[in-house]
Amino acid sequence: MENPYLPYPVRIDDIIVESEDRNLKTFKFVFLNPEDEKKFAYRAGQFAELSIAGKGEIPIGIASSPVEKGFIKFTVNKAGVVTSHLHNMQVGDVMGVRGPLGNSYPWNMLEGKNVLIVGGGFAFTTLRSSIIYMLDPANRPKFGDISVVYGARNPGMLLYKDELVEWEKRDDIHMHITVDGTDDPDWKYNVGFVPPITEQKAPQGDENSFAIVCGPPIMIKFTQPVLEKLGYDHDHIILSLENRMKCGIGMCGRCGIGRELVCKDGPVFTLKQINQTPREY
Amino acid sequence: MKVIKIDKTEWTKGLDALRGDYRLFGPVKEKEYCNFKELAKGESPELDMPNTRLSPKSLVFPQSEAMMAYSLAPGEDQNICKEVPKDYSPRAILGIRPCDAKAMVLVHMNFDNGDYQDPYWLNLYNASTFVGQACDKPCGTCFCTSAGSGPYNEQGLDVLLSDQGDHYLAKVLTEKGQKLMAAAGWKSEADGQALAGKKTAAETAITSQVSTDRLKSLDTMELHGADFWEDISFSCINCGTCTFVCPTCWCFDIQDEVYGKRGVRTRNWDSCMFPIFSVHTTGHNPRGTKLQRLRQRFMHKLKYFVDKYDQGIMCVGCGRCVQQCPVNIDIRKVCETMNSLDSEKFCAVQQGK
Repeated sequence: MENPYLPYPVRIDDIIVESEDRNLKTFKFVFLNPEDEKKFAYRAGQFAELSIAGKGEIPIGIASSPVEKGFIKFTVNKAGVVTSHLHNMQVGDVMGVRGPLGNSYPWNMLEGKNVLIVGGGFAFTTLRSSIIYMLDPANRPKFGDISVVYGARNPGMLLYKDELVEWEKRDDIHMHITVDGTDDPDWKYNVGFVPPITEQKAPQGDENSFAIVCGPPIMIKFTQPVLEKLGYDHDHIILSLENRMKCGIGMCGRCGIGRELVCKDGPVFTLKQINQTPREY
Repeated sequence: MKVIKIDKTEWTKGLDALRGDYRLFGPVKEKEYCNFKELAKGESPELDMPNTRLSPKSLVFPQSEAMMAYSLAPGEDQNICKEVPKDYSPRAILGIRPCDAKAMVLVHMNFDNGDYQDPYWLNLYNASTFVGQACDKPCGTCFCTSAGSGPYNEQGLDVLLSDQGDHYLAKVLTEKGQKLMAAAGWKSEADGQALAGKKTAAETAITSQVSTDRLKSLDTMELHGADFWEDISFSCINCGTCTFVCPTCWCFDIQDEVYGKRGVRTRNWDSCMFPIFSVHTTGHNPRGTKLQRLRQRFMHKLKYFVDKYDQGIMCVGCGRCVQQCPVNIDIRKVCETMNSLDSEKFCAVQQGK
């Protein structure tokens, strides 16, 4: 019997400070045993338990993309015991990763459709994974229009800035980067919260269009009526939830939202599905 | 399946024979109660007492258990989690009651969920042979017959023992059970006619009932939003006794414990009654009030589980939580209240309210 609690050993290969407040760092891991990378085959939207001996585990969305090989990446906010310890670790240190866990964005359903991505703050990680996946030359023809609304508090808090600039230059993805505010006179992009920018810039929804929304609760709350107005049905609005987790495999009981477990039945649900749960997240 | 007669004079001899092949576990007297323990050499299970104060779930799901170990010292294995040695040699669980054996069947669905298998729970479960003891003298709080079990229920058992005064009748239910009987040297076949009458008498002796017929068809959100939760949770002190004694409560926590440069990752029983069970690192807690936590426990047992598995309620009617709740919250009453949600409304409409 395979032990699903046993993490794969990984080495920290690179650490990138993503935000100017230094609270967000991206950790790039390589597997100590190359065969573990094959076992870790994942889809965009899944997560993993980052496992630090002596500290514990923390569920984090996978920021790297299935089309990127040889490593996996996670962007981690410094918040609790495990993430604070991780932020003090260095390149070369060995730790563990357990996964991939959870479902993913519904890629079979999204094929042939227009995809609108709405992200806010540091919840952009699995959205980055999704964008890289869709823009891969082998995959791009499988999708219709791709639009992205991504916002942060200020320019210094945006994740993956180099990639954002690259995507801005392309004509097969419509980028709408925004910040809540900035004192930078040379800021070339939008200023405003994510919901109103979505209202102004996002394409209309129809039966061939899906919206994937990831962000802080307040952003999700005010984005929902905007998407409804744009014509996105509740079964075409896709969200990724978070809850306190331990096992990550549907057994320890804490992440339930009604009969659904966020770790195993989710973390990705349509708004229609979420409407039928007690929303205990 | 075969029925074997075990003369009580042959009981301890059989147990001694079993010790060659099995580790034996059974109810042992502790103060005025019984609890499941490993039986010492020469010790027999206590079969003349009411059911154990704690459920036997710890036999396959220890309250605290090492999952893996690691070294934090510089070296090749630094920070790498390794499995720890475990004893999964055969065990015989003697004198487990049918309700508690049924509970194991329900919990099995959680630890073998189609996508993942929990090796700790499953290895202990698979190593165990369950020799049940039929209940001829139920407690006033027993309601197993309406909770998917019964005093002679065979689900989850390998052998069912019925006390017949000077002998036991052992109904052998599985191959595992057959193997155990052979190892004990109990082999005089008998006809099982006496069992049927005792079974009916035992079932009749259980008068406490719950109604569960409507739970599945009731709307989850309506039950969740019902106003009775305020009333039910008013006296709850979130002590967690109910989840601690419950044979079907399986929730657990995972914690790291370190001494010097060596550490273990352990799993420990947890409880949905505790605020820390669901609190986020930000401080946000989706079940931050005791009402929400109490509702989670009953909704999980009596609605979410029912919907998810279609195997009835996640309660076997053992009555432990009813007996031991310090503020007298009674799952039978809660179940009735939930089950009659619609009819209350229906009555209100009928009476023109």
